[in-house]
Amino acid sequence: METSYLLHAEAGGGVSSPSPVIDSSDKVEIKKDFNSKNHVKARIIKDIFFKSTVILFAFLSLLPLIFILYYITKNGIAVINWEFLTQLPRPIGETGGGIFNAIMGTLMLIVLSSIFSIPFGISAGIYLSEKGEGKIAHIVRLCVVVLQGTPSIVIGIIVYIWVVAPFGGFSALSGGIALSIMMLPVIIKTTEETLKLMPYSLKEASLALGVPYYKTILKVILPTGLSGILTGILLSVARITGETAPLLFTAFGNQFMNYNILKPIDSLPYRIFYYAMSPYPEWHTFAWGASFILVVVVLGFNLIARGISIKWKVQF
Amino acid sequence: MKSETIFNRTIYLSALTVVVLLIAIFLTLLLASMPSIKTFGAGFFIGKTWDTASQKFGALPFLAGTLLTSFIALFISIPFSISISLFLGEYFKGGPVSAFLRSSIEVLAGIPSVIYGLWGLFLLMPMMRFIEVKVGVPPHGVGIMTSSLILTIMIIPFSASIGREVITLVPSDLKEAAYSLGATRFEVIKNIIIPYARSGMIAGILLALGRAIGETMAVTMLIGNSNFLPTSIFSPANTMASVIANEFAEATGVTASSLIYIGIVLFLVTMLVNIVGTYIIKKVSLEASKEVT
Repeated sequence: METSYLLHAEAGGGVSSPSPVIDSSDKVEIKKDFNSKNHVKARIIKDIFFKSTVILFAFLSLLPLIFILYYITKNGIAVINWEFLTQLPRPIGETGGGIFNAIMGTLMLIVLSSIFSIPFGISAGIYLSEKGEGKIAHIVRLCVVVLQGTPSIVIGIIVYIWVVAPFGGFSALSGGIALSIMMLPVIIKTTEETLKLMPYSLKEASLALGVPYYKTILKVILPTGLSGILTGILLSVARITGETAPLLFTAFGNQFMNYNILKPIDSLPYRIFYYAMSPYPEWHTFAWGASFILVVVVLGFNLIARGISIKWKVQF
Repeated sequence: MKSETIFNRTIYLSALTVVVLLIAIFLTLLLASMPSIKTFGAGFFIGKTWDTASQKFGALPFLAGTLLTSFIALFISIPFSISISLFLGEYFKGGPVSAFLRSSIEVLAGIPSVIYGLWGLFLLMPMMRFIEVKVGVPPHGVGIMTSSLILTIMIIPFSASIGREVITLVPSDLKEAAYSLGATRFEVIKNIIIPYARSGMIAGILLALGRAIGETMAVTMLIGNSNFLPTSIFSPANTMASVIANEFAEATGVTASSLIYIGIVLFLVTMLVNIVGTYIIKKVSLEASKEVT
């Protein structure tokens, strides 16, 4: 009785111990695999087939990019000349004219939104990197994520209610505020990530010399991380330069030149939208020209941001 | 000592501003949509008519438009974005081809949405019209399918870049163990990489969905601006974002309030999608970092 029990236990252990995961049916299949050369071939063919599918699909997704860049360049360059860049739009029927007001408007909007968002963004970023473990910091981080994902049209509505309605009209100022809300999360995130990379020894060295904490941050940590922060600012500017939706009910658009920030102002994306939706073929060509400029500006910002982050990278 | 306090207070207040901003956004939307919420209640989402003249508002057509466009776009984009993430994260991790594809995808992500709209209007729309004539449906050119295609192009970079990140997080000892047992690359991808990176990839797709739902300009230009319930995937429609873009500037009273009601739904849905997506990604990368150490 006892021996049989032992035998049974041994036998059970013997079966289960070498491969607890693979059950017997798998084993049979593997044995069969080794016997057939065709199966190995089939596996290799499957592998090659899958790899080529992946490569095919990956490059297929580049097709739209090539088409978009090709059409913008082809249709855009034909329109662009000195007059296009320096003249105001003319009413339909008159040839010529340009988009000078839209270019200036976009520049003004960038400046306005930067003024609002950069100080807030950097100092909130400092808070998150310095006091990043507390409960408040976690809530702030969550809010940054939510703010970044908020649809731009919703921000347009909000600024309309907050600024446009009380001031009694569309204005460049409201457009700047709307865009600054969109810039804020990007700046906060990049500032936090950059400052977190700063070695602790740097801060310790400064504090050990008797430099007050706030001066350590402002004069040692911040300048060291400048390239990263600058990259973040440029990326956020690139993001808002092409934004149209929040401007629909804030900066609105203006076919005349305007430097007053309390009046409606034009912008490149708005002008593209306006011209593209118009029924006149002549304005369509203008939309392509403005698109070309916008793409060059946006990609230029991205490129500079990347250049800064590579060239000025702080290494320890 | 005093400057110290000022400094600390300044950074604290700026951080708090973000929280206050978000709460203020929510409360403002809620307050401004109150008249509409009171009048239509939850029935707002099953009402089929949107009529400014008779002041009857139902958001079902826009809900349907948003869901149709974003899910069709998501569906088409998945094979592409997974291919790109496998290409960059597994097959070609470095080298000029990978760098080229990566920067191209970044450029694709950087192109403003209004330019996608313009391109779609003059290239995609005639193409779509041609297809619609062949299929035998009214050739509008604009409509749900056209918007979905442009959305597909716009969201591929998002899910692809997140997918690439989570695929590179797969521990190489797991992959090497499978290779040593004689697995082919396809089998490694199927049995090791995809199961390991699945939740992260789903999070990437979720974040792409959030972007598709909130996308405004390109869709506004291509969807055809029709306030009726779409009858087919080729029919013109309106999404939640595009109806706001089209009508909010001229809206007053209950119309404006109803549009803001749509806006608050849009805000809450994208908020949920973003929080869940970010949470999953954070969890995945935390687990991966634990396994390395």
